[in-house]
Amino acid sequence: MPSVAAHDRSAALAGASRPHVSIGRWALNGSAGLALGFILLPLLLVTWLAFFRQEIPSFPPEGYSLQWFGAVLTNKSFVSGFILSAQVGIVATLIGLALAVPASLAIARRRFRGRGAVNALLLMPLVVPGVVLGTSIYVFQIETEIATGLPLLGQTAGLVAAHVLIVIPWAARLVTASLAGFDPAIEEAAKNLGAGPWTTFRRVTLPSIRPGIVAGALFGFVMSFGNLEMSLFLVGAGRTTLPIAILQYLEWKIDPTVAAVSVMQIALIGAAMLLTDRYVKISRVV
Amino acid sequence: MARLELHNLSKRYGDHAAVAGVTLDVPDGEFLVLLGPSGCGKTTTLRMIAGFVEPSGGTATIGGTDVTHLPPWRRNTGMVFQSYALFPHMTVAENVAFGLEMRKLARPEIAARAKEVLRLVRLEGYAERLPRELSGGQQQRVALARALAVRPDVLLLDEPLSNLDAKLREEVRIEIRELQRQLGLTTIMVTHDQEEALTVADRLVVMADGEIRQIGSQRDLYERPADRFVAGFVGRSTFLSGRVTAPGQFETAGGLHLQCRGGETPGAAALALRPERLSLDANGMDNCLPGKVEFVSYLGAVLELHVRLSPADRVVVQLPNQGGAARANVGDAVEVGWPRDAGMVFAQH
Repeated sequence: MPSVAAHDRSAALAGASRPHVSIGRWALNGSAGLALGFILLPLLLVTWLAFFRQEIPSFPPEGYSLQWFGAVLTNKSFVSGFILSAQVGIVATLIGLALAVPASLAIARRRFRGRGAVNALLLMPLVVPGVVLGTSIYVFQIETEIATGLPLLGQTAGLVAAHVLIVIPWAARLVTASLAGFDPAIEEAAKNLGAGPWTTFRRVTLPSIRPGIVAGALFGFVMSFGNLEMSLFLVGAGRTTLPIAILQYLEWKIDPTVAAVSVMQIALIGAAMLLTDRYVKISRVV
Repeated sequence: MARLELHNLSKRYGDHAAVAGVTLDVPDGEFLVLLGPSGCGKTTTLRMIAGFVEPSGGTATIGGTDVTHLPPWRRNTGMVFQSYALFPHMTVAENVAFGLEMRKLARPEIAARAKEVLRLVRLEGYAERLPRELSGGQQQRVALARALAVRPDVLLLDEPLSNLDAKLREEVRIEIRELQRQLGLTTIMVTHDQEEALTVADRLVVMADGEIRQIGSQRDLYERPADRFVAGFVGRSTFLSGRVTAPGQFETAGGLHLQCRGGETPGAAALALRPERLSLDANGMDNCLPGKVEFVSYLGAVLELHVRLSPADRVVVQLPNQGGAARANVGDAVEVGWPRDAGMVFAQH
């Protein structure tokens, strides 16, 4: 029977190639594991450190304690830094979305002159180093202040405006990605059934790109919340964001308080990700 | 349900005319099919009727109302898209109810009408499913139900069957046709599939290069094609190039002298022959020529032969294969014959 012969041959082939397959898989799993370890190890070390009892970090730990978490909460600059970072992050994310969503819709749907340039411009803040971005915005704000007399430098508004730039590339990229899989005929169907442009957007387009918007908002917020290099140039005296407060603290001390505040930050962002993932599958967009 | 009139409707993109002056009068309740190869302007015409493409010139009226410059949401048309375009985040019932909500109908009436159209397309039990949980054929029927629910003046079908597999396509097109007749809906369908077009249409419009080439019934198009393009596009034809020497006389490039119908003006022309009009039983035919079989395809119901008549002329002959009676082999010497009126002459431009 030819089919049996073919079966035998394929079995023999599979047997012959099995060592290759297992070496390939082993190499893949191994390198993935290494990469994951490379990413996770610092996080695990920081987390471990946050629970050390002694003030100067040394191994092995002398014992464990929760005192550093308490120290974070009683440290005024950490608490006010956290509040400012959260405020700036939330406002910048909302403004960034308000700009990036219409821009992404225009880029995905319309063919206009300079479309590629606008798309590149939206992603630009991702490419320009934070220090360069910070310096140029700093100079811009000084010049604007001189020209108009409006107070900008060191103001929360100026900081928010700069953070909008951090949010835009993430929001634009993720919303554009979710629009790519969206059939424009679906919007036409809504219009054909009697829905005007706004109703079509609200009832049909928005629900379809919601995962992209939520993911864009989340990433934009996380990037804004953790931004250090650019913010360094723009904060005013006594009004610092959390990453700057941490940096300033580190100039004088290296006790586990910094580790504790980092752990709190990681936990907060992780919780935000898990929460959003319950409502929209971020993994479908990113 | 209403009469649709297009008058000199056109669409230009820069120098290129996608639709160059289409004039059509579609009476109430007619099923009209726009047929043509891709890029012939049939879809652009349909999209102008729906309001998705702004015409460069001409007018469109539905039921006596000029809709030429109305946005899509102010026209009462129901469109079924090639990709179905169902709202992915809404259930079948919500999809069907969408147009009714937009018309601000009362909730009980929306529910009743949604139920009614779902029954029409035989999907009563699927109201709470999401589109992605349905098969292609079912999604297509939801799209149809959604368009029917709003009781459109004109139903517009944009290649509605091209994403279905062949067997399902035959089934659904008959369903659509029966439903359309039952509801008396004025319907415009766009397709490039001539078999589909021939099955469902009351009347067909053949388009090419943005223009209407011929309007007529299936029989008109097949038996009296207006030009060479229609003769080649609707049904199959073998074309022999040559020239008209005298009225009813055609000389091929290979030097054969043939008798044909039409051909009043002498000059370069093409002679179109339908394969089923040719036979190998050439006795007493107006044209009777010796030839050699070069290629044979066995197609079940028919046998198809390619017969060389001269170094420059080859024709396709279809023989009915009743009871496996038709037999031919490559290399056979045969006599091919056809009556004078089987040869249609089209002047060469």
